[in-house]
Amino acid sequence: MARKDSGSKVDRRKFLTGVAVAGAATAASTAANATTAATAPARLPSALPPTAQTIAAETNVPQAEMNRIGGVAGSDFMVDVIKTLDIKYLPSNCASSFRAIHESLINYGGNTKPEFLTVTHEESAIAMAHGYFKIAGKPLLSLCHGTVGLQHAAMAMYNAWCDRVPVIMMGGNDLDAANRPPGVPTYHSAQDINALVRDFTKWDDTPVSLQHFAQSVVRAYKISMTPPYGPVMISLDAGLQQEPVKHRNGEKLSIPKYTPTSPPQGEMGAVREAAKMLASAERPVIVVDRAARGENGVRLLVQLAEALQARVVDRGARMNFPKTHHLSAGPAAVNNADVVLGLEVGDFWAVMNSYIDNGDHGIGVNETKIKPGTKLITISSVELNTKANYQDFQRFQPVDISMAADAEATLPSLIEAVKAAIPNDRKAAIEKRGEAAKRARGEARARILQEAAIAWDATPISTARLVMETWAQIKDQDWSLVAQSGNVSGWPSRLWPMEKHYHWLGQSGGYGLGYGMPAAIGAALANRDIGGRFSVNIQGDGDLMYTSGAMWTAAKHKIPLLTVMHNNRGYHQELMHVQRLSSFRNRVASLGNDMGPIGTSIMNPDIDYAKLAESMGWWAKGPIKDPAQLGPAIKEAVAVVKSGQPALVDVWTQPR
Amino acid sequence: MIQRMFRVALAALAVSVVLGHGAALAASAEKGKAAFMKYGCWQCHGTQGQGSAITSQGKVLAPDPLPIEGFVAFVRSTNRGMPPYSEKILPNEDLADMHAYLASIPKTKDYKTIPLLNQ
Repeated sequence: MARKDSGSKVDRRKFLTGVAVAGAATAASTAANATTAATAPARLPSALPPTAQTIAAETNVPQAEMNRIGGVAGSDFMVDVIKTLDIKYLPSNCASSFRAIHESLINYGGNTKPEFLTVTHEESAIAMAHGYFKIAGKPLLSLCHGTVGLQHAAMAMYNAWCDRVPVIMMGGNDLDAANRPPGVPTYHSAQDINALVRDFTKWDDTPVSLQHFAQSVVRAYKISMTPPYGPVMISLDAGLQQEPVKHRNGEKLSIPKYTPTSPPQGEMGAVREAAKMLASAERPVIVVDRAARGENGVRLLVQLAEALQARVVDRGARMNFPKTHHLSAGPAAVNNADVVLGLEVGDFWAVMNSYIDNGDHGIGVNETKIKPGTKLITISSVELNTKANYQDFQRFQPVDISMAADAEATLPSLIEAVKAAIPNDRKAAIEKRGEAAKRARGEARARILQEAAIAWDATPISTARLVMETWAQIKDQDWSLVAQSGNVSGWPSRLWPMEKHYHWLGQSGGYGLGYGMPAAIGAALANRDIGGRFSVNIQGDGDLMYTSGAMWTAAKHKIPLLTVMHNNRGYHQELMHVQRLSSFRNRVASLGNDMGPIGTSIMNPDIDYAKLAESMGWWAKGPIKDPAQLGPAIKEAVAVVKSGQPALVDVWTQPR
Repeated sequence: MIQRMFRVALAALAVSVVLGHGAALAASAEKGKAAFMKYGCWQCHGTQGQGSAITSQGKVLAPDPLPIEGFVAFVRSTNRGMPPYSEKILPNEDLADMHAYLASIPKTKDYKTIPLLNQ
């Protein structure tokens, strides 16, 4: 579209054709010289005579206009726009469809704000941006080939969508079918690249002018960063990037000012009604999932919980509530509640109900967990942004009060309303409730520690031992558990004193494999920049094999990260599913030569993750099979990470 | 619920008739360990029956497994969370060996004696 009214004196296509012709001429000339050399009598070697092209390049006076595009590159202006948004990094896998903006970013833009990070797969690039945001609270931009690259990126974008994380993706695309290069570039073009990810992005656009681009990018950033956060997509036309800036009707291009949008608060009538319900409850429970965006959110949740002495169930999509607090409780706390308040809970139905896989006739069984008459309140911004196709909105849970609002933004008014609603004659009972919670917590802690002691010396190594050996080596650092893609029975959240928002970042959101390592690297990058905060990743083996190339990026860009493998040598969730179905169908599961049903094990041959990591520039050790060797190995790795490098310890573990 | 309890009790009775004390006494912990792996029990319960908060809902099989009759009855009928294993796919003899294996696993240390759990 941009090409139709191109004012450039040098046509881009003719220029490219000229380059191709010149290249061919050089090759032909070289080939002709080679033929001459073969037929001529042998001579002492001497320098070949320069070609006419070389002579011209070396002797002619350069023309004043060496910029062959005939003006300021459109992609230079695009970089100007991007720079107004203060985006620090651009993780990306390079591609020809965005070569122009790539060139502008590193040459015109000086490769700062954003700095290009070389990534080996688009899925890794987006997952890095995903992990980075959870620490930095700021989104990253990524560029991809609009078709093949976007298809690679789609899984990670779905994870970001489900996890309510902003990512700004731009896909290069050559819309102009009459002028775009034939062959591969045309395979890599589409009418509407954004359609691929439209179901799981908050917004997308296809700008057709540079001014349109400026508006689109600022708008995309704004939408992405308004709760509920989410990924956005911009189609980046190749012609628009490559052709010179043109001023329509003499008007100069401008860059719109970005003003953050205030997150929506709950309507005050609903807030007061909810406060009244909570204040008069005998056994109120607060359930949180993505309620806290940072330390402020954690602080507000503590205030609300303490005002009510209500137990808090943290579903763990973020670190919302300190695990060491006496009101921190397990999921069973809702079973006896009379009022439940859900704050940004991804699956509220699953809080209130249980589902048992495979009842009679192969159909699952639903059972309610709560008592009849329990009052339910929800505050969730996701209600403002629900789409139809993908089912991330989960099952429908009827409630008594529902607020389509941002929980953290609503908490200050809710806290005040709760304090005002508590009658004087309830205060003693509320205090007593807190004392009971303290006693229950002490007893629960002892039970958890005794559970952790079971199979302490087992080989393969127990997941509780894995987690505590890791803890022993990092506890004196300002630590951050940046990812846990291997399922280790929840031991970190049960055993580690998680108190800060950055102590735990939650998981992928969409549960698509390939998240752990690149997200950990992205988060570790943000932690590095904060001032050397120590990043640790508990990494599943199956998950790593989707995006193992991300390890190279960590070494390349010197991102310190401790990775401890939870290597149970299988796709363990699926392994259990096939075993389960075999038993329900009264058949013996066929194992082949492996330990799990055929198709679910990652063994024979066993993958050597230490060698894999070493090949990409990491310090690595393992596989560790003896629990007594685990602590010393992690200690060595911690020293490497503190020196600024990534390190991996491969550990053969129990399944869960 | 009552119906399920009745089924479990009935299965326990049947098992005690089938296995008898002779089968239980002849059981081999070594064979039981192999069977525990072969039939996939380790997948949810861990190789030492230690269980998991996630995959066995915190249920711990060893040390101190259920008495053999209750153990067999549960495996045959289960609580729905775990798939049932019929005698066709898991013979009584192997089940008795498994029980012997679980019974042979040493007692768990008191967590207070493990330095890493007392930090």
